Amino acid sequence: MNVNVALIDDVSPETRPIASEAGPAPKRVVVAYGFWIFLLSDIVMFAALFAAYAVLAQATAGGPSGAQLFNQVSVAIETACLLASSYTCGLMSLAVGSQRRFRTYLAAVATFALGAAFLTLELREFAGMIAVGAAPQRSAFLSAFFTLVGCHGLHVTVGLIWLAVMMLQIAVKGFRATVERRLLCFSLFWHALDIIWVWLFTVVYLMGGLS
Amino acid sequence: MTLLGKLSWSAIPFDQPIVMGATAMMVLVIAFVLGWVTLKGYVPYLWSEWITSVDHKRIGVMYIILALIMLLRGFADAIMMRAQQAIAVGGAQGYLPPEHFDQIFSAHGTIMIFFMAMPFVIGLMNFVVPLQLGVRDMAFPTLNSVALGLTASGILLTNISLAVGEFAKAGWVAYPPLSELQFSPGVGVDYYLWALQISGVGTLMTGINFVATILKTRSPGMSYMRMPVFCWTALASNLLIVAAFPVLTATFAMLLLDRYLGFHFFTIDGQGNAMMYVNLFWVWGHPEVYILILPAFGVFSEVVSTFSGKPLFGYRSMVAATMVICVLSFVVWLHHFFTMGASANVNGFFGIMTMIIAVPTGVKVFNWLFTMYGGRIRFTVPILWSLGFMVTFVIGGMTGVLMAVPPADFQLHNSLFLVAHFHNVIIGGVVFGVLAGYNYWFPKAFGFRLDERWGVASFWCWLIGFYLAFMPLYVLGLMGMTRRMQHYDVVSWQPWLLAAAAGVAVILAGIVCQVIQLVVSVRNRELLRVAADPWNGRTLEWTTASPPPAWNFALLPQVSSVDAYWLKKQRALTHQAPAAQEREYAPIEVPRNSAAGFSIAFFAVISGFALIWHIWWMAGIGGLGVLLTILVFAFREEEEIKIPVEEIAGFDRTHQAEVAV
Repeated sequence: MNVNVALIDDVSPETRPIASEAGPAPKRVVVAYGFWIFLLSDIVMFAALFAAYAVLAQATAGGPSGAQLFNQVSVAIETACLLASSYTCGLMSLAVGSQRRFRTYLAAVATFALGAAFLTLELREFAGMIAVGAAPQRSAFLSAFFTLVGCHGLHVTVGLIWLAVMMLQIAVKGFRATVERRLLCFSLFWHALDIIWVWLFTVVYLMGGLS
Repeated sequence: MTLLGKLSWSAIPFDQPIVMGATAMMVLVIAFVLGWVTLKGYVPYLWSEWITSVDHKRIGVMYIILALIMLLRGFADAIMMRAQQAIAVGGAQGYLPPEHFDQIFSAHGTIMIFFMAMPFVIGLMNFVVPLQLGVRDMAFPTLNSVALGLTASGILLTNISLAVGEFAKAGWVAYPPLSELQFSPGVGVDYYLWALQISGVGTLMTGINFVATILKTRSPGMSYMRMPVFCWTALASNLLIVAAFPVLTATFAMLLLDRYLGFHFFTIDGQGNAMMYVNLFWVWGHPEVYILILPAFGVFSEVVSTFSGKPLFGYRSMVAATMVICVLSFVVWLHHFFTMGASANVNGFFGIMTMIIAVPTGVKVFNWLFTMYGGRIRFTVPILWSLGFMVTFVIGGMTGVLMAVPPADFQLHNSLFLVAHFHNVIIGGVVFGVLAGYNYWFPKAFGFRLDERWGVASFWCWLIGFYLAFMPLYVLGLMGMTRRMQHYDVVSWQPWLLAAAAGVAVILAGIVCQVIQLVVSVRNRELLRVAADPWNGRTLEWTTASPPPAWNFALLPQVSSVDAYWLKKQRALTHQAPAAQEREYAPIEVPRNSAAGFSIAFFAVISGFALIWHIWWMAGIGGLGVLLTILVFAFREEEEIKIPVEEIAGFDRTHQAEVAV
């Protein structure tokens, strides 16, 4: 956005260093800011799902409870995969910042692999639960569990597709401003999924394992 | 399982003459409009200048057109309900069978809130906010176009339900367990849910877009406390959208999972919890009413200040009141269901919070009154709406505070008293507000004023009709009549319902006057032609031409106070400022038009319709279409086009010369 200004009032440029009076922000800032707002809205959506889970956590309708179903080892590995993928995603941001193509691809492949591993483990957990009759249709508790955890998993899936598309974009378009802004948004998204997982891990698996 | 899911010829209600008549009417009107546009050769123009436009002004106008059409649709439902209740007394069943009456009140609420009030408010904000901020567009212009498309998709799906299948019979709030598959096995609730999910995503995009626009792209010098009040109220409204709409999305997703995959969030079996739906729904629903009313407050602030020829009284307190309402709107939701059975302390807390939230609203009313006090008021159409609002809204507010007292609410819950109350604040507040804004900014959008006499006539019909239609409902509520009754036995209610029906007829006259006003104004547009600043305005939108060029401002204005334009005009008077100094222009980059919004909306309708009718392959095609559209958009080469200096300079010199005269 260009900001050629009509000095129609007697305000000299030196007297306006205040950020709120500086005029439209650069596009990179606006895009990242807008994406932050989106992430906040996404977290609000998860908050509603968390609330539903909290309300229904004991509503097992005579079916299995969390303590009987959750496999802490598998969940620990899942968590490790996701946290490590955040680290490799950070490495990718650094590589993008210095415009190194090979390192970017390398970090992206690592992030993708870790994310895919997380997803595989999660799907195995789901399949195992359904196999023993703990499907989401069994009780309100299981409905809330599958929805909350599944929604996070859906976000990870979208993230993986997005990451693959971004690699294609780097290959086709190179490190141009639009591509860099999208990669910035992707890394924000990926880290936000980690934050949600930490909550999920605590509220669902740790507290559910205790009861 | 067939190829077309649950869809068959029996979905079209051939045996119901009223529905088929309405459907035939709708199809005829659409066919006529499409045929006329095609025959006149307007399709390429509409496509390149409107449908694919990412210009916030065009998008704003299209939102308002949608809202006006839906006002007619929703109002037709209102007439039918009032007519039914006027005659269905004693043994009489009226002319609407229960299953049809239930669809009508559900559709009326859904359409008026989501597809009339929301698009109208969002349309006004779209048109006005970037102009008032002194910038050239929204933060994300293409996202804006997609949001419009998704809103239109929701509207289309809701209206398709008239002809194919049925609409929800569970009210506009769709409370379970009634809205669960067990009690609503038809497609009505699915139409409701998918239409609102799709348009809700669009609304969320709008919210994000406005927050980023207002907080990150303002003209140089426009600090927060120099923003026009309308921009403040738009900010508050959109913050609420960002914080509230995701809850609605999550809640509807849970109900959809219950209905489609047999989950147990709100069901009776499986230990589901139906009251959780009611809580979650109103966690969105109460902020929603402030999402609607706050921008209307902003319109009144602009209108009252402009037509009183005075700066707004108590600008800072107005901003503070707006933000206080924005925050408090999240801690009053339980007053929608005091009768749920929460403890007295819980009800007491929410009752007190509800009374407290009336305080900042009272502050605002006093500010408007003091703005007018001592002013030289010009009684134009917009200020008439504002005055009508101040009287009407105060009455509605007080009945609201009355119901905030839990013991009183136990008597009035679900009665027509409640129906009268929320129509009192929504019509007296939101509708009067958007109609004031429509009359106020119309000349900016099109370069000519709306006809004054028909506007005044419309206002009086609306005002008188409103009181005639809704004051009887307060009485009926106190007499014990509950809402949503297809017929009733108490003969003493009928006179009041006849009065209410007469009131609706008067409102109808008001709407007819509005249509005539528009037609007359378009026909006499040469006589009504105005320059940049027809009302002697105070904010930046009045500095640019009417209608504004695609780039809004050739040079971004430098702001040094609230009422930036007013200050500039005052200085020009006192200093005899040098006329149109030699301005230096630079080429301006504007975002390229994009068909992404249309394409995503198209596939969203396909997907939504397919999901409603369980046609899974078609839903997949729709989803794939959306994905492909996003990919094509992501890989496009040119994102902006440059407008050459000569074009800008040519336009702006002419405009400056006009302003000088």
